Amino acid sequence: MTQTQKPLIEIRNLGFSRGQRVIYNDVSLSIPKGKVTAIMGPSGIGKTTLLKLMGGQLTPDSGQVLFDGLDIHRCSRSELFSIRKRMSMLFQSGALFTDMNVFDNVAFALREHSGLSESIIERIVLMKLEAVGLRGVAKQMPTELSGGMQRRAALARAIALEPEMVMYDEPFAGQDPISMGVLVKLIRELSDALNLTSVVVSHDVQEVLSIADYVYVMADKTIIAHGTPEALRHADIAQLKQFIEGAPDGPVPFHYPAADYQEELLHGLK
Amino acid sequence: MSVIVIDKIANVGRWAIDNVMGMGRAGIMLYSAIVRLPRFKKGTALLVKQLYVVGVQSMVIILVSGLFIGMVLALQGYTILVGYGAEQSLGPMVALSLLRELGPVVTALLFAGRAGSALTAEIGLMKSTEQLSSLEMMAIDPLRQIIAPRFWAGVISLPLLALMFSTIGIYGAHIVGVDWKGIDSGSFWSILQASVEWRSDIVNCLIKSVVFAVVVTWIALYRGYHVIPNPEGISKATTQTVVQSSLAILALDFLMTTMMFGQ
Repeated sequence: MTQTQKPLIEIRNLGFSRGQRVIYNDVSLSIPKGKVTAIMGPSGIGKTTLLKLMGGQLTPDSGQVLFDGLDIHRCSRSELFSIRKRMSMLFQSGALFTDMNVFDNVAFALREHSGLSESIIERIVLMKLEAVGLRGVAKQMPTELSGGMQRRAALARAIALEPEMVMYDEPFAGQDPISMGVLVKLIRELSDALNLTSVVVSHDVQEVLSIADYVYVMADKTIIAHGTPEALRHADIAQLKQFIEGAPDGPVPFHYPAADYQEELLHGLK
Repeated sequence: MSVIVIDKIANVGRWAIDNVMGMGRAGIMLYSAIVRLPRFKKGTALLVKQLYVVGVQSMVIILVSGLFIGMVLALQGYTILVGYGAEQSLGPMVALSLLRELGPVVTALLFAGRAGSALTAEIGLMKSTEQLSSLEMMAIDPLRQIIAPRFWAGVISLPLLALMFSTIGIYGAHIVGVDWKGIDSGSFWSILQASVEWRSDIVNCLIKSVVFAVVVTWIALYRGYHVIPNPEGISKATTQTVVQSSLAILALDFLMTTMMFGQ
């Protein structure tokens, strides 16, 4: 990896398990400042888990997650909260507060942390909503919005405090082509305009490759390839090719490991 | 020793460990919700909102139930007391039954069904829709923002609701005893006033209510906060809130009644 920028996030030899199931085994990667870094991989390999480890919501079994040089999992609670004020996360579901309208959702973190007057907060919120094209629904409740609009409102909330880093958890999942196009454009433009460090976790290959500056591909509990989108498109790794081309057959099996098919048909499920 | 026996022993051990861990988590949650320093301005607004949701919105069921229970008590009491020519004692009989037992216990049971289950479902849904995680990622403590105001709202609301329940129950008894059965209104109130004591009846009613409030709200919040975030998990947690709260209320009531009136 040839990156001249100092990494904002550095993951060193990360290991994480859920019960007996190993999710990550000796994963190391770094997220450079001011760039869009994508983490791709098939469903169920724990991409969201990686974001939660970066945000300090989960604790690894081994290894370190450093945010600007600080080990997130060795910080006190108040230090962790200080770090979290410098980052934000766009959840897959949007996670808007359902008892507040869109305006109050976006204003929420500002009211809690900024100490600004209500008139200034109002202007900031309107600017953020304008940036995502939702100023017109400021007074509507989240349940009145479509899935794509909820995701955009959540994005406005995520950038309200102008964090240094935004983590996007499957931002394109379940979106129609127009919403997807809008979100792709927004992530890239916001990253460039605000000099945001963006971490996009997704399995939507083409969309991710179109906006990312650097891509990590995960499978088999570790990173199987990394590089610029262009380099990955031409990389000669069978597992990576299967993933990028969406081929059903290849090193990643279609079938989850199971007992003998004929045996189970004859003698029933054990 | 056979493998089956070892498995059974291991299951008992696992069950015990899970329960002890659960109690530990519940204790930490309650401690965290209580000791976090309140933010006066924002904390008050959150508390007032929850007082409305938890307390005011429970008033209808509490008042209607209290009225009917008071009326039924009076009717049943009258049919027995009139046989001994003691129908004038109807007032104290109903008032003491309500203040000492039925007021705090029935109010707490209704509160567990109405507000406790709603708290569990609300917080469970907040967890399953990642709203709690999103608060944490905004550097806002969900225990202070979500749990603490609901806990204090429950602790403040339930004793007040229990007093309202008993009061309207006594009015229900008045309707049946005085307006319907013709007991003298003056003697109804004067004998009632002479029989009910501030310390042993009203204060004990409040003590019971506060204990029930802590237990019910604590169980409801714990079950919601540690729910398995899927529809089945939320349904199970809501049921557990009602069942465990109800059993805890009845067991604690026996314990407190023994301590208060056992001698």
